[in-house]
Amino acid sequence: MSPTEHGRGPGHPGPAHEVALEEAFREHWGRLLALLVAQFRRLDLAEDGLGEAFEAAARHWPAEGVPRNPAAWLLTAARRRVLDRLRAEAVAARKEPLLVVDAQARHDAAAVMADPGGLVADERLRLVFLCAHPSLAPESAAALSLRLVIGVPTSDIARLFLVPEPTMAARLTRTKRRLAATGAPFSIPPDGPARDARVGVVTSVAYLAFTAGYAPGTGPDVTRTALAGEAIRLTRVLREVLPGQPALDALLALMLLQHSRRDARVDPDGLPVLLPDQDRGRWRHDEIAEALGLLEPLARRPLGGVADEYLLQALIAAEHAIAPTAADTQWHRIAARYAELEDLTGSPVVRLNRAVAVAESEGPAAGLALLDGLEAHLPHSHRLPAVRAELLSRAGDREGARTAYDRALALCGNEAERALLATRRKALDAAAHPPVESPGDP
Amino acid sequence: MRYFVTIAYEPTVWADADETTRQRYHQEHLAFHDAVKERAHLVAGEALAGPETATTLRHRDGAPVLTEGPFAESTEVVGGFYLVDADDLDTMTELCTLLPKAYSLEIRPVVQVEGFEER
Repeated sequence: MSPTEHGRGPGHPGPAHEVALEEAFREHWGRLLALLVAQFRRLDLAEDGLGEAFEAAARHWPAEGVPRNPAAWLLTAARRRVLDRLRAEAVAARKEPLLVVDAQARHDAAAVMADPGGLVADERLRLVFLCAHPSLAPESAAALSLRLVIGVPTSDIARLFLVPEPTMAARLTRTKRRLAATGAPFSIPPDGPARDARVGVVTSVAYLAFTAGYAPGTGPDVTRTALAGEAIRLTRVLREVLPGQPALDALLALMLLQHSRRDARVDPDGLPVLLPDQDRGRWRHDEIAEALGLLEPLARRPLGGVADEYLLQALIAAEHAIAPTAADTQWHRIAARYAELEDLTGSPVVRLNRAVAVAESEGPAAGLALLDGLEAHLPHSHRLPAVRAELLSRAGDREGARTAYDRALALCGNEAERALLATRRKALDAAAHPPVESPGDP
Repeated sequence: MRYFVTIAYEPTVWADADETTRQRYHQEHLAFHDAVKERAHLVAGEALAGPETATTLRHRDGAPVLTEGPFAESTEVVGGFYLVDADDLDTMTELCTLLPKAYSLEIRPVVQVEGFEER
């Protein structure tokens, strides 16, 4: 367990020891965990031992004061607990598979354990590559990365991925055991195409963790959107341990831009507010500024690999972010970016978004033309008939629009979105011109 | 770690392959052998006769029953195996990428069963 599991969070600065504990958690969780893994070759024991060390800190620091070197204190406490567990296991003659860790990493970790004052070795990059190992299912990799690299509590990860906590706990346990049993190494892949491919996996795993926070759920969405912020924190750590990776810069920019709209996305009744109707004053403009700063050096060069996909998506989100009002949106530029993105990915979802952008810049007929034949590729999407309905309505075909809304309602499983669709369908009779659902929201 | 690599292939692909393709398969297996010799250790490896030669043995009501054909009916069949000692999964998968790309390869660690260490 981590200190945040007791409900302490950032934004509520408490006594000095609480602040110190929170800071130690954010600064050192991943580094200490990686060191324990390098030394003991057991993900489960490293995680439990470190969690207990933080609990001990929460008990001792208020009375005894914050130690001079909190990281060293935590490492020593965690190490002692892991050794206790190992002794107990030896008595019970239990055998757990050990991770493959090379001699150098074990030697370095042992040196730090012997003299934790220095704490120079940083094994987080090995941990990052291990948690996002390509032999894992992407969702398991995303959950494990959040848990082990930045210490997100299991209960929060369960909420993020819309599963009960025991299910998530079991999934994490299985994943940790699998890594050891299959011989996935705690190592940094050698430079070259293989390493690039692994960085690509690490990046997509972080993005999956982020989009999970925005996937439509059944309950109230608000907390889960906040948890998407943890994926941003993960991405910041990834950039720290993997500097100079344009894919991670583009991805962080994309996440920041999408996340900057979180407060404006839902109205007081919990209904989604579409992009054109959002109060732009409620967007987080500091986050937008950071994202634009990240994009500036990237925008003029092809990056290669998945980086270009993230970059194009980020540039599209940036167009929305820089428009002072919805009416100022430069839809022709967005349409052009979507055309590039469609060339790159061939994705029918991208084409759907492109159709919306084209409809905004050239009129509903041009948008509708791009929707032709898309049903075959997106048979279960409620967004496709919803977009078609909006565009038909704008083109004056109310009967066609009504049929398309019915189809969208039949396919949509999310209550908030269904309510919105029903309102739109009703509004047809008023012959208004509602704004079309905009792309750009994940 | 010791890995058992099961090679599965679609018989029609092999049956339809021309001489050049078959030669290439052969070369790719040789390249795998060379790389394993350099970076790991080959314990064993064999190619199997076709699935039509398989005999499956099961017990029904305590009595052994033989049936013609492999135990699982699928479009892919087991065509052979390798048993390799490699440092880790990454090394093993990298070596396996040298084998013909039409294969599906199942890479599984071997476990030591207690009581059988010395046999």
